[in-house]
Amino acid sequence: MVDARAAILGRLAKALRHDTAADAPAVVQRLNEKARGPQPQWPESMRERFLAKLAKVSATHAELGSRAEIVQAVGAYLAAQNLPNHLTAAPHSLLNEVAWPNDWRLEQRRARGEDRLGLAVAFCAIAETGSLMLLAGPDSPTTLNFLPDDFLCLLPESRIVPRMEDAWALLRQERGAMPRAANIVTGPSRTADVEQTIQLGAHGPRRLHVLLLRG
Amino acid sequence: MKPSSHAFAENARRALHDATLQQALAKAGVGFVDKRRGAIAGLPEFEALREAGRAIKDHSLANLDHYLARFEQQVTAGGGQVHWAETPAQACAAVLDICQQAGARMIAKGKSMVGEEIAVNDALEAAGYEVVETDLGEYIIQIAHEPPSHIIAPAVHKTRGQIAALFEALHHRPGLTRPLETVPQIVDEARQILRDKFLAADVGITGANFLIAETGSTVIVTNEGNGDLSATLPRVHIVLASIEKAVPTLEDASVLLRLLARSATGQEITSYTTFFTGPRRADDLDGPEEFHVVLVDNGRSQMLGGAYHEMLRCIRCGACLNHCPVYGAVGGHAYGWVYPGPMGAVLTPLMVGLKEGRPLPNASTLCGRCEAVCPMSIPLPKMLREHRRREFVQGLTPPRGRWALAAWAYGARRPWLYRKLGRWMVAMLKLMSGGRGRFRSLPFAGAWTAARDLPAPQGGTFMDQWQRRKHHG
Amino acid sequence: MRIALFVSCLVDLYRPSVGFAAVKLLEGLGAEVVVPEGQTCCGQPAFNSGDLAAARDLARPLIDTLAGFEHVVVPSGSCAGMLVKYYPELFAHEPEWLAKARTLARHSRELSAFLAEHGAVIDARHAGRVAMHDSCSSRRELNVLAEPRRLLNAVAGLEQVDIPEAETCCGFGGTFCVKYPDISARMVSDKAEAVINSGADTLVSGDMGCLLNIAGRLKRMESPVRVYHIAELLAGMTDAPGIGEGER
Repeated sequence: MVDARAAILGRLAKALRHDTAADAPAVVQRLNEKARGPQPQWPESMRERFLAKLAKVSATHAELGSRAEIVQAVGAYLAAQNLPNHLTAAPHSLLNEVAWPNDWRLEQRRARGEDRLGLAVAFCAIAETGSLMLLAGPDSPTTLNFLPDDFLCLLPESRIVPRMEDAWALLRQERGAMPRAANIVTGPSRTADVEQTIQLGAHGPRRLHVLLLRG
Repeated sequence: MKPSSHAFAENARRALHDATLQQALAKAGVGFVDKRRGAIAGLPEFEALREAGRAIKDHSLANLDHYLARFEQQVTAGGGQVHWAETPAQACAAVLDICQQAGARMIAKGKSMVGEEIAVNDALEAAGYEVVETDLGEYIIQIAHEPPSHIIAPAVHKTRGQIAALFEALHHRPGLTRPLETVPQIVDEARQILRDKFLAADVGITGANFLIAETGSTVIVTNEGNGDLSATLPRVHIVLASIEKAVPTLEDASVLLRLLARSATGQEITSYTTFFTGPRRADDLDGPEEFHVVLVDNGRSQMLGGAYHEMLRCIRCGACLNHCPVYGAVGGHAYGWVYPGPMGAVLTPLMVGLKEGRPLPNASTLCGRCEAVCPMSIPLPKMLREHRRREFVQGLTPPRGRWALAAWAYGARRPWLYRKLGRWMVAMLKLMSGGRGRFRSLPFAGAWTAARDLPAPQGGTFMDQWQRRKHHG
Repeated sequence: MRIALFVSCLVDLYRPSVGFAAVKLLEGLGAEVVVPEGQTCCGQPAFNSGDLAAARDLARPLIDTLAGFEHVVVPSGSCAGMLVKYYPELFAHEPEWLAKARTLARHSRELSAFLAEHGAVIDARHAGRVAMHDSCSSRRELNVLAEPRRLLNAVAGLEQVDIPEAETCCGFGGTFCVKYPDISARMVSDKAEAVINSGADTLVSGDMGCLLNIAGRLKRMESPVRVYHIAELLAGMTDAPGIGEGER
């Protein structure tokens, strides 16, 4: 395929009248600047905006005063959905020291096909669209976001940023490089492929529930 | 897929008489239009974003060689591999090669229009692989053995009843089947069937909405999550992407994403927007071991810098289909190949040849609504005219139209002759109408009068009457 | 003020009263209206059919015929669009003609836009519910939307109603309606139904192509909706038979 590469790049360079393979100054500048486009504005606070947009995409949320309330919030969700006390959670530092009740079955690992409920921690959230961003890694297996019917996501309120561009800035600052997958999740899975009728839970989670951790 | 674009007129006639199809189209059309309108009304910055988005694409295309090279460099640095393909055959060969090396048997596929373009499923199935489309719409048309009829809603032409019948025929297990009636039942059954396929697949193939040069990431947007499952569960992830998808930075993609979902489905953002960068890392708990990107040219490098350059800005949102009155009347299959509607009428002749695709650019009133709603402001009518120009220059225009036009132009260049013929024609028609003001039928006007009357001329030409008024008035 | 009227071939051959209505309205502005003699067709059918050489052959004499007038007014959005938007495109590679085409484009206006901009005083009566259909050229090439409605508002006794899905093309499309008659028929059926659903008793538009098409369909459906060019209504000429109506 080396030939195809040379042929394609050659045709492009010829069509664009580029006589050198070296990056044009405009290209280097563009890649370094990372300039933002027009930034949508809104009057509400970031928290209000995030929660309003979250509700609009049929996701639910619970507010937690502290990490001590995680068990209670998860328990309330399990009870409300009539689910067994059985969950698969991400091996994330915020979840590692939670004192789960003894009669719960909790496993911290990647998700499997039979898992009913997954619990993960968002890297950050985007107020503009009510989205969660999850980064694949040892503390956040991607399968948890997609395989279980119910996806619970812990989000410290301090991690809500205004827009997608702010999420990228945070990612560059804290991680330096892209993870294998950066998932921007906005509501549960849905499809409109049958007669344009929106139906939740196509392949991914049927329900998305955010545990918003104050402070 | 063997194109049948040359038979557009026939395909269209069949579509217009297909009551079930018409029912499905009627349901879809208004929905898409209203949703987009609502989404744009809710974002005052939309026009500014549209301009910014266009500028991003223009800049990316003007430096496409540099950005693709940078993209490749970053993919490689992240442990992935880039494969270049000039033709559909090369692209399919690359995919087959990867599947063979991986010892694959089953392949889970996310929705990819480039995949349709290169007919990758046919190639894989011919080589003995089991390929399962995992987007619900794509799955429906796969089991119906049909091509997509819409670039973002592949099964938009199917009614619930037709889908239920397909599922019952294929999934039927004695004693287990219950009749499918509601949308939730249909979706649930697909979820159960496809879940096993995801878990069993060795290779996942997805498309890409954007390629990020800065990071070597590929981006997909889905609502179902099928693309993410296809990219996460199998051992190997193959991304099929056409070369014009490259943009410089994550910030640039952010602008385009705001335009894409609103223009396509009227959403602010789809349920899942994912940036893939390389295979799983040493300490990752899941994800594929191999990450391949197949970059497909298929004529795009020849569009660059030419009359169809601006078509390369297309982000495949489908808004031009949703707002096209011709698409709305006949649906996507009439167009006879992979891409329907206005964008398809521009792309198809470029990819399958003008001789095969020539009816498509003509099947338009040039009403301009496609350009008006295009988030990338692509001058689609201008490009349809350019196809017509080439068709004329190459002598592909049907003789009847050519002669009629030549006769008209001959007359119109000679005002004295034009007046004389006009006077005669008007007098004839006026006489024939017998004062009824219209014709129910008329020789040589059957095309017009099949569905509408032809109003008769008032009598006399304006130019003659004006002359008289000037001299006597 | 001297105004050149380019009547367009459909008005010339099909409905001269539109030309006279335009003259009356323009003279109402206190202007002298000239109808340059050499005019025939703007060349749009050739342009849209890909025969650019023929289109240029038709455009050149028209450009010369209409040169030197401060104002060129056209009672058709589609022909005005051709002059304003596409002549400069057509001569993009012929600098001498490009300059002339640009000059003509600058001086040319669609009739209703011209009247509205020059503060035409409308002295007409029409009791009834009137729907305005915008041709795709008027709407999207020329962005003429508010002007005809402003003029119609000044007509005594008239109530304006909106056509649902107004942005959708009527299916005329010049040669399209004969090349793809089935699709065109379907589009015009939808449009005629929308007109009927609007509750209008009279339909007007600034383009004869759309009007012949929609009127033809309305008549086939035996709809009582009457159809006129907007100039006829604004000039108080709706006593005469509408488009597709017999003589009374």
